[in-house]
Amino acid sequence: MAETKTAAYICQGCGIGERLSTRQLAQIAQKEGKMALVREHPFLCGAEGVGLIRDDIEREAVTHVLIAACSRRAKTEAFHFPTVALARANLREGVLWSQPEADEAAGLTQEMANDYVRMGCAELKKTKLPLGNPLAATNRRILVVGGGVSGLTAALEAARAGYQVVLVEKERALGGWAAKLHKRVPFREPHADPADTGIEQLIAQVTGHPRIRVHLGATLLETRGAPGRFSVQVSVESGAAVTEEVGSIVQATGFTLYDAGKLPALGYGKTPDVVDQAGLERLARQAAAAGGAIRRPSDGAEVGSVVFVQCAGQRDEGGSHLPYCSGHCCATSIKQAMYFKDANPEVDTVVIYTDLRVPGSGEDFYRSAQRKGVTFTKGRVASVEPASGGCKVSFRDLILDEDVALEADLVVLATGQVPNSGVNIELADDDPAKAAQVPILNLAYRQGKDMPQLKHGFTDSHFICFPYETRRTGIYAAGPVRRPMDMAQAVEDATGAALKAIQAVENAAAGRAAHPRSGDLSYPIVRIEGCTQCKRCTVECPFGAIDEDESRFPVFNESRCRRCGTCMGACPVRVIGFENYSVDTVGAQIKAVDMPDEFSEKPRVLLLACENDAYPALDMAALQRRVYSAFVRVIPVRCLGSVNTIWITDALNSGYDGVMLMGCKHGEDYQCHFVKGSELANYRMGKIDDTLKQLGLETERVATYEVAITDVARVARLIDDYVAKILEIGLSPMKGFA
Amino acid sequence: MSGERYRNSFLREVEHNVEEGHWVKMCMQCGVCSGSCPFGPHWAHPPQELFMMIRAGKREEVLGSDAMWMCTSCYNCVVRCPRKLPITHIMHGLANYAHRLGLAPKNQPTRQFAKMFWDNLSKTGRVNELKLSLGLYFKDGFKQGIRNALAMKDIGLGMLKAKRLNPLELVKPHACKGAKDIHAILAKAKEIEDRRKGLSA
Amino acid sequence: MAKKEYAFYPGCSSQLKASAANYLTSTRSLCRVLDIKLTEIPDWNCCGASIGYAEGGELPRLALNARNFALAESHLPGQDIVATCAACWLSARETKERLDASAELMRETNEALAAAGLHYKGEVAVRHMVEVLIEDFGYEALAQPVVKPLAGIKFAGYVGCQTNRPFGIAGESFENPMYLDKMVETVGGEAVTGYDQKVTCCGGALAFSEAEKSQKQIRDIVESAYDHGADMIVTPCPLCQANVEIYQSEINKKQGTKFHMPVLYYSQLMTVAYGGSAREAGLDGQLIRAEKLEEIAAKG
Ligand code: SF4
Ligand code: SF4
Ligand code: SF4
Repeated sequence: MAETKTAAYICQGCGIGERLSTRQLAQIAQKEGKMALVREHPFLCGAEGVGLIRDDIEREAVTHVLIAACSRRAKTEAFHFPTVALARANLREGVLWSQPEADEAAGLTQEMANDYVRMGCAELKKTKLPLGNPLAATNRRILVVGGGVSGLTAALEAARAGYQVVLVEKERALGGWAAKLHKRVPFREPHADPADTGIEQLIAQVTGHPRIRVHLGATLLETRGAPGRFSVQVSVESGAAVTEEVGSIVQATGFTLYDAGKLPALGYGKTPDVVDQAGLERLARQAAAAGGAIRRPSDGAEVGSVVFVQCAGQRDEGGSHLPYCSGHCCATSIKQAMYFKDANPEVDTVVIYTDLRVPGSGEDFYRSAQRKGVTFTKGRVASVEPASGGCKVSFRDLILDEDVALEADLVVLATGQVPNSGVNIELADDDPAKAAQVPILNLAYRQGKDMPQLKHGFTDSHFICFPYETRRTGIYAAGPVRRPMDMAQAVEDATGAALKAIQAVENAAAGRAAHPRSGDLSYPIVRIEGCTQCKRCTVECPFGAIDEDESRFPVFNESRCRRCGTCMGACPVRVIGFENYSVDTVGAQIKAVDMPDEFSEKPRVLLLACENDAYPALDMAALQRRVYSAFVRVIPVRCLGSVNTIWITDALNSGYDGVMLMGCKHGEDYQCHFVKGSELANYRMGKIDDTLKQLGLETERVATYEVAITDVARVARLIDDYVAKILEIGLSPMKGFA
Repeated sequence: MSGERYRNSFLREVEHNVEEGHWVKMCMQCGVCSGSCPFGPHWAHPPQELFMMIRAGKREEVLGSDAMWMCTSCYNCVVRCPRKLPITHIMHGLANYAHRLGLAPKNQPTRQFAKMFWDNLSKTGRVNELKLSLGLYFKDGFKQGIRNALAMKDIGLGMLKAKRLNPLELVKPHACKGAKDIHAILAKAKEIEDRRKGLSA
Repeated sequence: MAKKEYAFYPGCSSQLKASAANYLTSTRSLCRVLDIKLTEIPDWNCCGASIGYAEGGELPRLALNARNFALAESHLPGQDIVATCAACWLSARETKERLDASAELMRETNEALAAAGLHYKGEVAVRHMVEVLIEDFGYEALAQPVVKPLAGIKFAGYVGCQTNRPFGIAGESFENPMYLDKMVETVGGEAVTGYDQKVTCCGGALAFSEAEKSQKQIRDIVESAYDHGADMIVTPCPLCQANVEIYQSEINKKQGTKFHMPVLYYSQLMTVAYGGSAREAGLDGQLIRAEKLEEIAAKG
């Protein structure tokens, strides 16, 4: 490996040269930062400036480059030098644009810039050039679990894109729910009539595709490995186990209808003339096969009147049934009412709903049903009882505000979708509910056999920003296992998931991180000798990337890792780090700041800002010339989850008067790009109070904030308020002890 | 309550016999019409509710109601209805149908006025405003009529002075020369419409 | 030859010595200035108005209007039918659209007309006077003849219902149509802004049968005009004009208000601005005198 040679480049463009003494900055880089080469340049990101750096790399054998110019988020293409370690000191957004132009402010502004150069030099010296995952694996096959519409679509899309596919279906036939339908809700203009499901054609395309292998009557016995090198044991129909090597996985395991047996008040089980939507499809298929009208199960009489009960066991606020709306069932009931009306307009069809939810073109379908004479009644059904020659439906008419009873030959309950998610790994092992669950993926992962769930059993998938993502890298959920949806949505969902699966195998093969740090070549490196086997990293990794070996040491699966650094934040003995982001790269920056003494009346506040939201918000605040205190020193972090408490204690010990942490929203509707990072940070900081008390410091000296990328005005205000608070409680008594 | 009410029969009747009645089934019960109506608070059953009642088969309640007689023909509901129902016309149609069947409330003032208005215009082909207002004052008998007329006499005199009311209308009204033609046309039109609806004269 | 010719449908209220006689007078005056020739449809009949529904039913009302169409078609071929009354325009236009849309109704209507030896071919166009002014002339052209701008008078533009809904003037919104305000400005008056009762219903024909409910509407309409600093109300609709003007005294009597707000037609404003006399503008037909307008008309 080449000898380390550092170089610092100080830009004078964008007004930096006018408002700051770059001379002074250069001296600091040289004397304090010990940079081997220091250059000032009037316009660093221009062709000439970039050429200068490139020449130095080539001719002067520079291996480490500090660019003291604009934010690390700006000019990334100009300052792209893939062969050297790189650090950036943010003089433009971080100093110039966020500080007042007035002459009397010049002193503090220069101090700030000086510190950022010191910090940049310190960081650079601790940084190494990331070389990429040395264990990169290159299997590009894609496994699809589930052979319904979602799975078939994902398989076909991936195969059409040129990838080999293995499809595993637990039933002995493909098609899932779609194969059990008489017709589907239309998905094309004019959205007026039920349409053919098209499932036979889809199945034929899949089974006839040369790149798709199908296992029917098959389940997964075990899935181990990582993107690019999954090894999956499949139990096939014959009972034998076969091993399939794949690079990524799409889980399209669909849903089960909510058990109508739990709805005795709605008559289910009391008379065969109360059916769920699947039951009605069965009757419709039988009728079609026999070439006649739909008949009543109890006595085979032709149905002359039918009532559809919407939201049966759904949107339940009482806590006994599904709390959510399954989204498709209004349109499904409309379709089913048309089965009757299209065959015989004289059949009475009444849909009792509280809110008819037919988004998008569903509105046209709804109108079409109204035109066909389907009656829609806004009401809440209280009970369904067997009555002579049919059923009696009692309900509250919500428009006419009265109780009504209605007789019908047949009643259809619109029950909801329950995701087939396998095991809820967050349940305790001795929870009886867990024992009843059958695992699907059977992951040989330290954190459990299936994917983590978010709400109501649906797979956690970062709904807000990246819907297809799950918390298991290289495994993507598609279709109703992810959220309730209809067939048209499932097709779209499966297509997206197939694309993600393709990205995953390509990234894994190149040794790069997957989303959201896609392309990142750094990866966690452990100094395993120092590990105390505390298991924090293996438990806290939001993506379950870390397993354990027989002697309980952590085993990092690099391509399962998203490079968030949560493990680095967790590790009490600080043996985990990345080449270009480690306890040292940040720790050195913290210590590099020039600390004024306690009589200076110049506090120093460390701000650790999440680079996904808070740091961009700060950049944008600067762009809008929102001024904030010159006493703050900002260090971007990959995720608040990567913040190791040693940074906080080091900062306080070395005389900082306060530490601010800004990360994404956590909790149920989290916005953290790494799902659990900000939540863990929040948890860890909850415990920092004890440390503060031990140090004899006020608890206000560490403060955590949730900041969204849009909080542009707020970030500046938060900083000022915090600095004011620090001035109020006084400077840290720790100054001068370091 | 009988289940029969939610059968389609009254809805069908409305579809066949009420002006623009085939639109009733298209209402999606949003309530915008009821909220847009200037006389909304005075309706026993605002349009949205009437449509639901029709679908629920409440024939007597609907046709006997004075609700649709509250319609001022402002068309506010029509331009706002997301389903583009011609609500105003349906209100007129329901009122007309109820009136035709003799089910409308007897002393409903708008019903009385509307009938007077039509009788007035169809006699000569043009409205005779003086006779119409006198008719209105005297609809409840002679004595009440004098009282009503006296109460409004200032306005009447004002109109007279402003040359916007013609006392000669009583003896020599504005009239169409083709009044006979008009009678013939209206009689024929009524005959056709009744035939279409299966109503006897 | 006149610049523009139309088949005129004045309607019952705009006849001589009828409740909107002043509308007719001022319209005639304004047409003289703009060189518009209005020829009455010979022997036209009542449109049935909205309130005709109860006794009239559908087909008789369509037939009434179709008789006017048939007369216009044969006596004034090629001329657009122009109504000044909102209700006449609405009924006629509704008839036209319904007959255009349904061959069955067209056949039945002609069957009825045949009883008087008439036939409607389906060729007429039905328009409101305001449409003629705005579309066939335009605001600029309408401003040309102004000799006495109505400076210093604030008008609340009360559009009401039936010239606004359901058809309205092309390009205008139902909730806040601007044409009346623009016409006020075209003749140099000031249109008050934010007049929130601009499209409120005055009760229409129900002013007779549901007096109290309607007077509540009228009260809002007048009160808001005062609140917004208006000197006068201006409207395109004869029923609006009559209801809002006539019932002010009633409301004053019953509720102790002191309403005395003149209610004018746009045609009266235009006539005065074009230099017409108070008489030509029909200002003598106001129950509540529009003194400021009379002053301008009286000026040399
Ligand atoms: S957190 Fe650190 S000490 Fe704990 S198991 Fe992981 S590497 Fe080892
Ligand atoms: S048109 Fe009739 S029903 Fe509709 S808002 Fe006006 S008054 Fe009400
Ligand atoms: S506005 Fe239209 S859709 Fe809504 S309730 Fe009224 S009629 Fe029905």
